[in-house]
Amino acid sequence: MSILINKNSNVVVQGITGSEGQFHSKQMIEYGTNIVAGVTPGKGGQKTLDDNVPVYNMVIEAVEKENANTSIIFVPPAFAADAIIEAALAGIKVIVCITEGVPVQDMTKAKQIVKKHNIHLIGPNCPGIITVDECKLGIMPGFICKKGNIGVISKSGTLTYEAIDQLVHAGLGQTTAIGIGGDPIIGTTMKDCLALFEEDVETEGVVIIGEIGGQMEIEAAKWAKENMTKPIVGFIAGQTAPPGRRMGHAGAIVSGGDDTAEAKMRILGECGINVAKSVADIGELMKKAMEKR
Amino acid sequence: MKIHEYQGKILFQKYGIKTPKGIPTFSVEESVAAFDELETSPVVVKAQIHAGGRGKGGGVKLAKNREEVKNLAKEILGMTLITHQTGTNGKEVERLLIESGADIDQEFYAAITLDRGKEMDVFMVSTEGGVEIEKVAQETPEKIIKVWIDPFLGMKMFQASQLAYALNLKDGALKEASKIFLKMYECYIATDSSLLEVNPLVKTADNHIVALDAKFNFDSNALFRQHEIVEMRDLSEEDPMEVEASKYNLNYIKLDGNVGCMVNGAGLAMATMDIIKLAGGDPANFLDVGGTANAETVKNGFRIILSDSNVKAILINIFGGIVRCDRVANGVVQAVKELGLEVPVVVRLEGTNAKEAQIILKESGVSIIPAIGMKDAAEKVVNAALKAEKN
Repeated sequence: MSILINKNSNVVVQGITGSEGQFHSKQMIEYGTNIVAGVTPGKGGQKTLDDNVPVYNMVIEAVEKENANTSIIFVPPAFAADAIIEAALAGIKVIVCITEGVPVQDMTKAKQIVKKHNIHLIGPNCPGIITVDECKLGIMPGFICKKGNIGVISKSGTLTYEAIDQLVHAGLGQTTAIGIGGDPIIGTTMKDCLALFEEDVETEGVVIIGEIGGQMEIEAAKWAKENMTKPIVGFIAGQTAPPGRRMGHAGAIVSGGDDTAEAKMRILGECGINVAKSVADIGELMKKAMEKR
Repeated sequence: MKIHEYQGKILFQKYGIKTPKGIPTFSVEESVAAFDELETSPVVVKAQIHAGGRGKGGGVKLAKNREEVKNLAKEILGMTLITHQTGTNGKEVERLLIESGADIDQEFYAAITLDRGKEMDVFMVSTEGGVEIEKVAQETPEKIIKVWIDPFLGMKMFQASQLAYALNLKDGALKEASKIFLKMYECYIATDSSLLEVNPLVKTADNHIVALDAKFNFDSNALFRQHEIVEMRDLSEEDPMEVEASKYNLNYIKLDGNVGCMVNGAGLAMATMDIIKLAGGDPANFLDVGGTANAETVKNGFRIILSDSNVKAILINIFGGIVRCDRVANGVVQAVKELGLEVPVVVRLEGTNAKEAQIILKESGVSIIPAIGMKDAAEKVVNAALKAEKN
């Protein structure tokens, strides 16, 4: 068991003939991901990646001819929301959008469509999702993961790798790790992911990594307080971030209310989450939390 | 991205939102000429900087005649304006807006922004205009009336009327306000704004609705399709090093501390700043070098960090995924040699080929302090900064 993706996911890569799409598709196949098709408008009929993967003009063709049920998007920001909506309307059930820089207005619309069709959208502006030793749908280095019983949810890319690395050093493996993305509007929220991990029998503990800006961590913590039976370790990046400045991620901005790192850490603590004050403590804290169960 | 008030008002006029007649000026002479051209009295002399609270800081003043305009323009142009939004260093005023005064009967607040929780835009109005809206939100939140706008439907007429009724407007003013709200939303969407704020929006003595202010923030992700907005960018309002960094695709934000840092990934960069602080130091910057940490990016990163003379030590923290650590290590060594770096550099490399990277650093002959793990790295760089500070 795991969440959202596994070795049976039939993956279509949107933007497969671009340089990013080519590079990461190769890496994903090496990891064991079952890529059944690619989509690039105008290049339908070709085969790519050493003649192994058929390319179609539209997602719907990949669904009908190759049984694609999962998609990963590597298209430029101007076309990313369109790609999400295309996948959603073609019947894809899990969509991962790696693209960084998607306009917010495009995303408010795309988000409504995926909500209406009950689709799990991960991202945009995210490293993707990995179910250890089964399926990688993203750009993260797969080799740093080890199979185990911890779920990881994070708004940031390299910080996810840092957390995974610390978990491995603490002797803890992972089930699935999800980079949910750092934009103001994203598909699957931290709370959604917690709920999926709570239901997953294999996952026994969860690490959540948030940052300044928005209310997502607080919403997740409040939900966890009422519903979560598995231990959670939380970290919030941006304790030293000046207010009003956008810290790299489009959504990482302190704009008033409870969206500072300090406020989020306090509320996470009040909701029974083990809060790591220092990023270096994530692995050890999770180890302790697992021993205490 | 932000623009000046006078530029915001040019956008307003384009969308049919009424503003007082005004002329932007860059010198005392131009300001006096603007007064002559407006042929009205009094006029308002308004400092144009990208920050709110200009009135309180002494950057907005009333002038009744030519002489007063001249004196005020002299006083305000070139002054350093400090408001609650500029930080302690303030901002130098380089532009003014000379504007016809309005005969104000009532002041309101009106704004559109994204509600991240509801995942749609929210339109807010309040009868408490002309004051700090943050205060109103905290003390009397019931005085802020909100409607949420479905992105597929757009703003509907009834929603605009709902907001106008909430301001207790009647007859002509009610109709005018509703129209202005619809136009504000049209402008907000067409320009890919992330914030459009009018404070105050006023009802004049002769019962018209006029925007005395126009504050815009734009979604930087959408600038690729907003050429008219990009034209309005005023680089002098931004930190020169941040502008320089953006040319190299580096994401840099200057802070006040003495420990510089260079990191791949925004989240890890923030966490690195935080752990420097926990180790007893103060971060000098946020710097995300992104996915390509090669010799060229590292060199540019060093140059930008070192343009800040407060920096006494630098921490490089890279988690190599797709980026290979041995390549980063080679880049660091090459950059340190070429730039003849005198500031101590602590390097922590983890992930792909981290072991090979350690060997490269050790055998390079340049004085780099290697670190293992983020805690070790933070402690080492803070100590190095303390030592350098003493010398």
